[in-house]
Amino acid sequence: MNNQYFSQIFALALKEFLALFRDKRSRLILVFPPLLQILIFGFAATYDLDNVPIAIYNQDQGLVSREFISQFEGSETFEVIEYIKKDRDIAPLIDNKDVLLVLNIEPQFSDKLQQGKSAKVQVILDGRNSNTAMTAMNYIASMNLDFNQKWSAQHGATGPKVALEVRNWYNENLQSRWFILPGILGSLILVVILLVTALSVAREREAGTFDQLLVTPMNPTQILIGKAIPGIVIGLLESTLILIIIVKLFQIPIQGDIAALYLGLFLFLIAATGIGLVISAISLTQQQAVLGAFLFIVPAVVLSGFTTPIANMPDSVQLLTYINPLRYFLIILRGVFLEGNGFTLLFSQFWPMAIIGVVCLVFAGWLFRHRMY
Amino acid sequence: MAENKTSARNMRLMGMLRKEMWQIIRDPSSIAIAFVMPVVLLFMFGYGVSLDAKDIPVGIAVEQADIVTQSLSDSFEQSEFFKPSYYHSIQQAQQALEERKIDGIVWLRSNFSQNLQAGKQAPIEIIINGVDSNQANITMGYIQGVWQSWLIQFSSSRGIALNLPVNLEQRVWFNSALNSRLFLVPGVIAVIMTMIGSLLTAMVVAREWERGTMEALMVTPLSMKEMLAGKLIPYFILGMGSMFISVALAVWWFGVPLRGSFWVMVLVSSLFMMVSLLIGLLISIISKNQFVAGQTAIAASFLPAFLLSGFLFDINSMPTIIQGITYLIPARYFVAQLQTLFLAGNVWPVILSNAFALMVMLVVLAYWVSSKSRKTLE
Repeated sequence: MNNQYFSQIFALALKEFLALFRDKRSRLILVFPPLLQILIFGFAATYDLDNVPIAIYNQDQGLVSREFISQFEGSETFEVIEYIKKDRDIAPLIDNKDVLLVLNIEPQFSDKLQQGKSAKVQVILDGRNSNTAMTAMNYIASMNLDFNQKWSAQHGATGPKVALEVRNWYNENLQSRWFILPGILGSLILVVILLVTALSVAREREAGTFDQLLVTPMNPTQILIGKAIPGIVIGLLESTLILIIIVKLFQIPIQGDIAALYLGLFLFLIAATGIGLVISAISLTQQQAVLGAFLFIVPAVVLSGFTTPIANMPDSVQLLTYINPLRYFLIILRGVFLEGNGFTLLFSQFWPMAIIGVVCLVFAGWLFRHRMY
Repeated sequence: MAENKTSARNMRLMGMLRKEMWQIIRDPSSIAIAFVMPVVLLFMFGYGVSLDAKDIPVGIAVEQADIVTQSLSDSFEQSEFFKPSYYHSIQQAQQALEERKIDGIVWLRSNFSQNLQAGKQAPIEIIINGVDSNQANITMGYIQGVWQSWLIQFSSSRGIALNLPVNLEQRVWFNSALNSRLFLVPGVIAVIMTMIGSLLTAMVVAREWERGTMEALMVTPLSMKEMLAGKLIPYFILGMGSMFISVALAVWWFGVPLRGSFWVMVLVSSLFMMVSLLIGLLISIISKNQFVAGQTAIAASFLPAFLLSGFLFDINSMPTIIQGITYLIPARYFVAQLQTLFLAGNVWPVILSNAFALMVMLVVLAYWVSSKSRKTLE
């Protein structure tokens, strides 16, 4: 009896796999796009600035301004592409997006400094992407800080000797890739799993075979488990592949407990599968299922803390993120990858995903029986 | 005779259009996606995606409190960017950092004030959680700001006029308050239109292939061109409708200034919409099944528009190969146009060069679609 119960589930799961891998296009679409995307997005998604084009408008004739400029010429962050001579040249360069910023050094810059007075440098930035502008401004501010400290030390500093000594934990060189790559893993897996599961019931509904499935000796729980297995198996295999790429190719070390990572992954997959099956059970056609999956994926990715911090969101939106499994999974991924976390520090992230998963699966099972046409 | 031909063609096209319109009206999910999704997405991005840090939880570890450390704590207290909490030892503060209760620590050792009074080196140690490196950079910038103004205030209170050798004066054009919503909302419009154009069309046409109704259409007198036009026109209208909703919300709800011309925006948007529609059509012709079409459309439209368009991440900072790939993403051109039209105005060099790129894409895609979509069966 018990044996039969599981062999029926196994048979359904096997059938689901065959349906997915039946034709070449479906096979390819499950494997290649996620791998290609982790490669492209992994390299593309970074907030770190590199070789940003800038222009310099030096109205000063002296030597000190040249020393000041030389730090920008030697910097890898910036690339000085133009030295301008007139006020009028500033606007077109910025308007046309030729440069991100213009450094405007005032006349008498060198004289003022040599007389012990303050000299002024104006930084004119293109604010069309205000985050890039702010990041660039921060780079310049810290370069200026170095210059000031050096200048004061050479020319007899007065005032209190209070310097800032900064250390960054977990990500010493502040590489944004370390932060974003685990997020890309979570988002890609979410997309694949949700589409696989969301289409599984809708496809049968559209073809009319779901009614047949319901009159087989299998009970809805068995159908539910059989439908859930492919998504979880594919998710585990694909995540493992992507994890290997992240560690080997992008050289991001796993500092924490890999078992905790896999427990988190497993719970995340159960939650995502549950959500996918609910969408699938509600939809009558595959088109509705894909659109439904999409209407979930986009908010889930945006409100997960993947690219922008949850703490910056308004409080009501922050509350909404608590029903998003990706939120918890990203904390686990970053916790294990960067912060070296284990089970204890991550416990509060595990159980919400388990609850989301169980609630959705039960609801999907209920919908199987109660939404009939 | 020639007249008869055109009228017959018009009739066929009108018939096709009517069929497509009914199909859209009967299945409310595509109307939902065209009109509800822009609203949902704009609100989500408008409120959910913000790079403006506020109330950053920072721990101030003061090993020995006195007037000097108090004045520094007050400076953090007064800053709108920080929400300080206090610890008496660095161990407590570090534990809070590990538990993610605070994002950074300002550590004043027990001999800080003493060294400062004696004119010795008195460093302030800063520890920041670097996991989110962008946030860490921003936090560091704010800490420097607080530290610098405290230093000037502290010196002047003791009769020393502290003047910094070089003073930076920051002028941010187009978005002087550095409000990230102003650049994110125009970018979202590009993401929304990409999804409506590509995802919706890909799904709809793939469904016809899967159900075999495409073959049924093929045996009618309809030419392939008429068939495709009949498919695309209704979705073009839906897409432009959602564009108007998005722009209205951006301007009147989110307060994004529209400094360029509205009509120029309509023109470049319709150009971009056509490119998106053709991409959707191409995906559906190649995949011919809804599962593959859905996966491909998301992989080829949503994520690239989100990550490779310059909407969030600076294209100039990407590795050269990836920069090359971004030239293949139509959203890249549209995002540049939208951000410029909204925030900067009619800057013709930016608008025209990007419009030209979109036009090249349009021609290439149209040729590709027509060569792929001969009336042949496999």
